[in-house]
Amino acid sequence: MQFMLLFSRQGKLRLQKWYVPLSDKEKKKITRELVQTVLARKPKMCSFLEWRDLKIVYKRYASLYFCCAIEDQDNELITLEIIHRYVELLDKYFGSVCELDIIFNFEKAYFILDEFLLGGEAQETSKKNVLKAIEQADLLQENQSEDWGGLAAEEVL
Amino acid sequence: MSDVVEKTLTALPGLLLSLDSQPGAAKLCATSRLGSLVRSITELTSKNVGEEMAEPPAGPRSPKQMKEIMVRAIYCEMLGYEASFSYIHAIKLAQQGSVLEKRVGYLAVSLFLHESHDLLLLLVNTVLKDLQSTNLIEVCMALTVVSQIFPKDMIPAVLPLVEDKLTHSKEIIRRKAVLALYKFYLIAPNQVQHIHDKFRKALCDKDPGVMTASLHIYLKLIKESPESYKDLTDSFVTILKQVVGGKLPVDFNYHSVPAPWLQMQLLRILALLGKEDQRTSEMMYEVLDESLRRAEINHNITYAILYECLKTIYTIHPKSELLEKAAKCIGKFVLSPKINLKYLGLKALTYVVQQDPNLALQHQMTIIECLDHSDPIIKRETLELLYRITNGQNVSVIVEKMLDFLRLSKDEYTTIDLVGKVAELAEKYPFPYNSWFIQTMNAIFSIGGDVMQPDIPNNFLRLLAEGFDSDEEDRQLRLLAVDSYLSLLECDTSGLPQRFLQVISWVLGEFSFLKEGLEPADVVERLGKLLDDDAITTETRCWVLAAMSKLCGSSDALCKAEKVAHKYTSCLDTALRQQAVELELLGRDVDLRTRVLPQHVIGFCVWLQVDSSLSFLDGFVSDALARGAAPYKPPHQRQEELSQEKILNFEPYGLSLPVSLSACSLTDRQSPTALSLSSSLSGNSADPPLKAGSNLLKLEGVKRVWGKQGYLPEKQATEEALAQEPSSIFAPSHQQACSESQQTTFSTIVEQDQEKRQLASSLFVGLGSQNAPCLLGKPEASSSQRFRRKVRPEDPSDVNRSLAVSSSFSHSSSALDVLLDNAIPDPTAVCLLVEPASAQNLSDSTSEAVPAVGNTEVVEASEVSSLSGGSGPLAQPSSQVERGLESDLPSRLPATLVGLLRSDVEELCSGESLSLSACKVFDADALVLAIFLKGAEFVLFSLFVCFSLCLNHLYSEGVAQCQGWEEHLNLGEASLYHSVSPPASCSCRPLPLTTEEYGKMWLSFSHDVKQNLMLLKHEEEDQLEAALTALKEKLCLHIVDVIGAEGIMACQLVSGRPCLLHCHTHGGMLAIWLRSPIADLPDCLLYHCQKAIQER
Repeated sequence: MQFMLLFSRQGKLRLQKWYVPLSDKEKKKITRELVQTVLARKPKMCSFLEWRDLKIVYKRYASLYFCCAIEDQDNELITLEIIHRYVELLDKYFGSVCELDIIFNFEKAYFILDEFLLGGEAQETSKKNVLKAIEQADLLQENQSEDWGGLAAEEVL
Repeated sequence: MSDVVEKTLTALPGLLLSLDSQPGAAKLCATSRLGSLVRSITELTSKNVGEEMAEPPAGPRSPKQMKEIMVRAIYCEMLGYEASFSYIHAIKLAQQGSVLEKRVGYLAVSLFLHESHDLLLLLVNTVLKDLQSTNLIEVCMALTVVSQIFPKDMIPAVLPLVEDKLTHSKEIIRRKAVLALYKFYLIAPNQVQHIHDKFRKALCDKDPGVMTASLHIYLKLIKESPESYKDLTDSFVTILKQVVGGKLPVDFNYHSVPAPWLQMQLLRILALLGKEDQRTSEMMYEVLDESLRRAEINHNITYAILYECLKTIYTIHPKSELLEKAAKCIGKFVLSPKINLKYLGLKALTYVVQQDPNLALQHQMTIIECLDHSDPIIKRETLELLYRITNGQNVSVIVEKMLDFLRLSKDEYTTIDLVGKVAELAEKYPFPYNSWFIQTMNAIFSIGGDVMQPDIPNNFLRLLAEGFDSDEEDRQLRLLAVDSYLSLLECDTSGLPQRFLQVISWVLGEFSFLKEGLEPADVVERLGKLLDDDAITTETRCWVLAAMSKLCGSSDALCKAEKVAHKYTSCLDTALRQQAVELELLGRDVDLRTRVLPQHVIGFCVWLQVDSSLSFLDGFVSDALARGAAPYKPPHQRQEELSQEKILNFEPYGLSLPVSLSACSLTDRQSPTALSLSSSLSGNSADPPLKAGSNLLKLEGVKRVWGKQGYLPEKQATEEALAQEPSSIFAPSHQQACSESQQTTFSTIVEQDQEKRQLASSLFVGLGSQNAPCLLGKPEASSSQRFRRKVRPEDPSDVNRSLAVSSSFSHSSSALDVLLDNAIPDPTAVCLLVEPASAQNLSDSTSEAVPAVGNTEVVEASEVSSLSGGSGPLAQPSSQVERGLESDLPSRLPATLVGLLRSDVEELCSGESLSLSACKVFDADALVLAIFLKGAEFVLFSLFVCFSLCLNHLYSEGVAQCQGWEEHLNLGEASLYHSVSPPASCSCRPLPLTTEEYGKMWLSFSHDVKQNLMLLKHEEEDQLEAALTALKEKLCLHIVDVIGAEGIMACQLVSGRPCLLHCHTHGGMLAIWLRSPIADLPDCLLYHCQKAIQER
């Protein structure tokens, strides 16, 4: 996977993750172009797009578009499922997720994504494991004063 | 997602709006810290977000505050505002914060920085520390960031630590370590070579997550060398069997499918291993069959696995039983009502159809429907499929469909790709009519425009020129082309792409004589009209002129052509000027013309052979050597010597033109003749038949594999052949599912269906198995190719003829040399005009110092005038030949100054009997101001003022050297106050460097300045080149090299101090980067660059 973008129906970027090194200018250009193209598509249309030399796989969940760029030989359907799995993870974590959750807790959304995908590849496909890892890290937030090294060794996984 | 969520989400815009309009109402979310951040951002107007963020911190901030601010910065960056000031704080936070802040710090770093960012260096220590930490979370974070943005040269620092983590007790750490190593492998494969056996350990890890992660690495490794991993096939098959059999923990299930990601990865690996390897393939048949069988639940994820399975089955050594099942699966995809699956079905068909064209037959009605689908992506994929099944019988229909699509498509990538495919089809297959071919090519040229691959027009012209097997047909084809182009020229030509115009002019120049009753003068006139259009590029103009010179058979045409060409004989573009001068010369010398461009000989150019060693010049060279000329040194050697001795290139750029002309006319890329010349080189070689031979071999190979397997039983084949007959109504009757769906279609829309069936019969004609062999070998269908190039025997007469041609070329070029010599002030002519004004004379003459005050020069003369410094553009002698009286003046320059770069002669002022002109001559270490005082009949007086130049021109040491004929000197009593401030450009001299030298110097210079300049002329095709040329001309720079959108230039001051420039264009901007050992020089030069660009 080359990058993943989340944007709203109004075209506002909500989350971006780039797995290939690109300049900021390039990123902005790609984002602008893609948001435009994807928003212009009708709901009954195919979830796949050929764009430049990449394949774009997108899916809309309520008012949010999830959009991934993959290479030609990659499997489009599984990418669609990656998106879905990510949404499932968000849903589980936030408890029926909505766009507001992602806006106000976007760094959490990034943490989940990092735990799920690493360097553009699916890292951990077990939903339980991903959430466990996130919870461990979050627990930190509540018990900051505690010594965490020992506790973590017992509890993580 | 639940309805509640839906509701919340739709309410969001309103919520945000309210936040925007009345900040007070935002209490809703102000309770959370993040809420306040979002609120504060929505409150801000777009511009000042950055400023707000950049508020100077009131005293040191705690890491906790820093974390908050960092989250804000990330948010700002996402909104598109620059927050680069916070990058360093992100690194600091990752370094200093507690675990929690670290997490945000690392996240910010991975979002802000990219692999080659300088600041990453500061992160290495932090990462090292965290990798060694006993805190699991810290290690996890470090591994995550390592596998996201770690640059190549820092890998060695962390590699041992990451390696250690492979044996960590926690799965999550092992998994992340494996993925980090995978990333390292992608960036720098060599650095992880020694741990390949550790990957094997990871593959055998007891945790499925770690094992899955290791498959990423294996996929890459096997892709590179499948041979070395054949022994692992068994393990992969076993793993897949276990996964499919549901042996993994339920955690890994996804919608009750066991570990789909793992399955896909394994299937891909198996495809790579089994490709063209029967023994390995046999090991996996069973498990593939099992996978196909298991994937029955109707969910996207099973289709994803099915699709991967299909690909694997069709990639490995075929097994008929599996193929049959796979074919059925493809049916499931293609016939699915879900558009995504349909798309994948088409994709699968495209993948498969080359091996098994009958599959396309089974689904022909679906394909037809997809062809008219409202979604362009589906259409595009269908066309791709059709492209694969094209044969001689359906080519015209398919091409028509493709062109239809192209006319609607606006995407450049699609256009380039598809235009190439159409052109390939049009050339490859025998077509019904010659006119079809011409029309198709015309459509390609007008749609593809200037974005298409350049070899499309080249190939087309080659086909026309070389001809095919039958002379009569060749003639017809060429005539058709001429006809269609003539009618095109009658209409408005402004919309036609440049490449198309080039093709048109070439064809008309070469073949318009075939049309009876067509006057060459007529054609010349029409071509001439093309030139009136301002939008036409110089390259196209060259082509048009070249076409004209071929048409100069009749005096009428010649007259018209010469008139047009005359305009360009003083043109600044050398290629165009050369073309024009050639035309003029050929017009004058009939003999030469008939030899160089024999009339009414088809494909003459094809027979040309270029003597690339220039052996016909040997005699000339040996003569010259005998007379004591210096032996030839290749340019790079000359450059080297020059730069070693640190001397300047005194040669003005242009003067080499006549010398290089002969070479130019043979090799210049822009010259249209070069095309045919180079084509003859490859056309005459023995390559094409050889290639065809190898293709044939390959074809047989394909056939054998498929024939022996006997996948297509004879019976079915004949059935399909029958179905192909236009008379058969139920075309795909052999396919049950298909025909069922069609029955319903038939009953509902009969008429439409009729149309579609017609289309189907025309599209899928010839796809039956009666011509299966030809289809199987479709990509190599060279035997049926009509445009097989003739193989020409290499007979001796051919060689003789080419020799004659090459000598005629040398003739023409030498004649041209003479012509150009006449145009450029001839040294001997100078001698006739003036008494020898030799260097001796100059130095011997009394040199008197003219009092110099600042940079003001007082010269006694008749009138008052001022020479505006530097505003006059530099003209290089080669590119502009002064005509009339003015041209005499430069010839009066003393011999030492003749060869130097100089500006135009400008008339400063003139009275009744006297006029004063001046020009600037750029000597190596001085600016010479040559002033000519001219009487009514002859030049009275020449004054040469030499300025020794320094960096800032703060002083000019005037040394005036008077020279002239005192008896004619009659100045009167008026005096001339003349003030000169030499422009900066006067003190620049080109610095000839090679790219390597440039690179070395670049690194050694300390002072640099960078700036973006706006390029005003956006419409220019090659902005960079235009900008570089402007700089070169105005500032006397040397263009060292141009690579893509970047160009490097070098110059030096007369004092010998260098300055290097690096230019880069992007979107209307020119980024200039100057470097020099002197502090002020880059700034100073940048200012002048800016001026030069603006004045352009």
